[in-house]
Amino acid sequence: MTSATAAAPPRRRTPGSSARRWTIIRGAIGLLAFFVIAELISRSGIVNEFYFPPTSLVLVRVGELLVTPDFLLQVFATLQAWAVGLSICIIVAVTLGVILGSSRPVYSGSRAIIEFLRPIPSVALIPVAMLVLGNDLEMKVGLVIFSAAWPILFNTIYGMHDVDPIAKLTARSFGRGRLATLLQVSLPSAAPFIFTGIRISGSVALIVVVSAEFFAGASDGLGRWLLEAGSTGNRADLVYAGTIIAGLLGLAINGLLVLVERRFLSWQPALRNTPGGAA
Amino acid sequence: MSADTSVQTSWFGTPRRAPNPRTTARLRRLKDFAIRWGALLGLGVAWEIVALLLRSPFFPPLTKVIDRFVQLWFSGPPEAFFLTEKVGTDLVPSLIRLFGGWGIGVILGIVLGVAIGRNKVFGDFVEPIIHFARAIPPPALLPIFFILLGIGNEMKISLIAFAVLWPVLLNTIDGVRSVETLHLDTARVFEFGRAKVFFSIVLPSASPKIFAGLRVSLAVALIVLVISEMTSSSGIGYNVVIAQRGFRMLDMWAGILVLGILGYILNALLALVESRVTRWHRGSREGVS
Amino acid sequence: MTVATKDLLVIEGLGHVYEGRTRHEAIGRLDFTVPEGAFVSIVGPSGCGKTTMLRCLSGLMKPTRGTVLLEGEPVDGVPRDLALVFQDYSRSLFPWRTVAGNIAFVLPRSMEKAERQSRIDEVLDAVGLTGSADKYPWQLSGGMQQRVAIARALAYRPKILLMDEPFASVDAQTRAELEDLMLQVRDQFGMTILFVTHDIDESVYLADQVLVLSKSPSTIVAKLDVDLPRPRDQVATREDSDFVRLRSDIARMIREQSQIRK
Repeated sequence: MTSATAAAPPRRRTPGSSARRWTIIRGAIGLLAFFVIAELISRSGIVNEFYFPPTSLVLVRVGELLVTPDFLLQVFATLQAWAVGLSICIIVAVTLGVILGSSRPVYSGSRAIIEFLRPIPSVALIPVAMLVLGNDLEMKVGLVIFSAAWPILFNTIYGMHDVDPIAKLTARSFGRGRLATLLQVSLPSAAPFIFTGIRISGSVALIVVVSAEFFAGASDGLGRWLLEAGSTGNRADLVYAGTIIAGLLGLAINGLLVLVERRFLSWQPALRNTPGGAA
Repeated sequence: MSADTSVQTSWFGTPRRAPNPRTTARLRRLKDFAIRWGALLGLGVAWEIVALLLRSPFFPPLTKVIDRFVQLWFSGPPEAFFLTEKVGTDLVPSLIRLFGGWGIGVILGIVLGVAIGRNKVFGDFVEPIIHFARAIPPPALLPIFFILLGIGNEMKISLIAFAVLWPVLLNTIDGVRSVETLHLDTARVFEFGRAKVFFSIVLPSASPKIFAGLRVSLAVALIVLVISEMTSSSGIGYNVVIAQRGFRMLDMWAGILVLGILGYILNALLALVESRVTRWHRGSREGVS
Repeated sequence: MTVATKDLLVIEGLGHVYEGRTRHEAIGRLDFTVPEGAFVSIVGPSGCGKTTMLRCLSGLMKPTRGTVLLEGEPVDGVPRDLALVFQDYSRSLFPWRTVAGNIAFVLPRSMEKAERQSRIDEVLDAVGLTGSADKYPWQLSGGMQQRVAIARALAYRPKILLMDEPFASVDAQTRAELEDLMLQVRDQFGMTILFVTHDIDESVYLADQVLVLSKSPSTIVAKLDVDLPRPRDQVATREDSDFVRLRSDIARMIREQSQIRK
């Protein structure tokens, strides 16, 4: 056979996987230790048990809630708003980002606007959204679009700018027109950045949806559930349980996005240098 | 005529003699400035036109909003730089909460981040907890913080600090871990002391990623500030909510304007500090972060 | 040489001036022809407008003066019968596509799947990369990546191949292999090749004719026919006294050129 795999680095089997195993073990120990300490603190009476119920109790509640249909409906409502909002964000922001990113003057002009609109904390617009869009799915989705579009937009524009000019030149030299180059070269090249933006937007969208549910007295959702659980005043265990589930939700969402990213970006060889850092 | 050695050819641009760097920089800054403010002006005009066309009570024209804005915040006595009392009762407490929480979160985040980043074993133990805590959306934490800390300033500052901690922490860990081993090996060869390694190699290397984390954390801090104030009795966030409940649209938008301007200024300040501190990085890598 | 063949590429009075902040005349005047099936090398000192020339020849840029005729037709935009191989293969190959995907990129959409597959297999065989179709470029060594770039150009079935210092970024041993590969490919596909390089030995080793350029504004300093026997051999040919004489002549010319102050 004439083709030898000259450059692929040799697979290190034993040392790598045992190190990974240790990492996981240590992580599990850390998590366990955390729960034990929390349990001890709550049972010892340092903090009033009323305000800091035992971890074991909270975990039991978590289990209970996860099989309660009513609660799950709320979670679903939150997820629904999240998914719809994020999807629209992706479509709008990527399209806009591609257009803005491919034309220098438009890009420069829009940067100023983006830089001004971006720092407005989206939660400040919850009151506006409530008035204009009502109390339900449309309001949540509208808020998500306003707040979660920016990371995707920014990253798309950055990715479009970062496309290697030699790659574009190659396409041109093989007879590809501007549109074909845009779709077949620039877009795939920018994909890693876009996906990072989507990941960031994913968490922002969740925050916005839960905030909206919490503050706008939205008709349903996890935030609304938390609001009610908190306002009764004597079910701290439920509040903690709900919050833990919110955290699990955040993890699940992030995990899902990472999986999707890996599936589409399996060609990414090594470290990626992306703007925005980890969020 | 001597050979023009400063001319370069490539597959792309047309070659030109390397221009005077100072004049181009100045020209570019002028151009940026013009574009930036031109665009904003355009945006303002657009708002005005749309509002006048819509005639919706929820969407007053920009001029009226600015009017109210000035009335609320800037119509005070000249001795106080024209600032009204409201600045003292609302803006200042908000700023105190913001900076207090942000500062605590940042310091904790960087200190812990360095410790975790440098020490793999410690990191292994702690990271699952970090990833979980980070994933909790801040609004979901409000009830817990209510329960534990009430609704006063301590709660708000703690909540902001908690929310700010995670992006800073994660980015610091990432930054510290991605210091080039080549640099560290060089330091070992020259027998640098631990403090020297830290301050002259690790920290500068990690600073671009740390600053990326700081930028995110600022946005988070603003969001959490507003969230935490929505159920309080003073502050900018509170103002916006109260105005909305009372259907005082102009007040509401004026409050949003304050938040927008605040966010913009803070981001600009951070960007300024960042560009000074990481000037070397921009030169060597075309400003990735 | 061979039977009188038609001229594939005819360059007449080519000149190019960049008007920018300063006026820079990259190319003074170039007149030459490339017969069909020929292997023509172009060498010159640095700053001799080689890249500018390739831009003009390939249709990527319109020259300020002169004409470029491909098969008698003036070049306007990149002609269908022309393909380019760049020096920087790592930036020219698309990292998000496999080797097969990169090659498929240049094939027309309308091509049937089976035909596309056989074309890919054919060119991969030709460059010695059978079995690498499903790898990603970054998994291959530099030399192999450049082979993929060459395979890609071959799949396009151009009549003429323009190569811009394609082996400058690989190590000497790989370079030798790739040089021989080019000769083989030329024979196998009957291609016409225009090969720009700064490596004098390489330019003589590969070519039927070597064009030596001057510094900018460039002109053709010499057109040297290379009558060395084919097939060429890395060791035997390079020992040949004619080879040595040719490359020394060219080296002297280039040295003179480098020292001229225009």
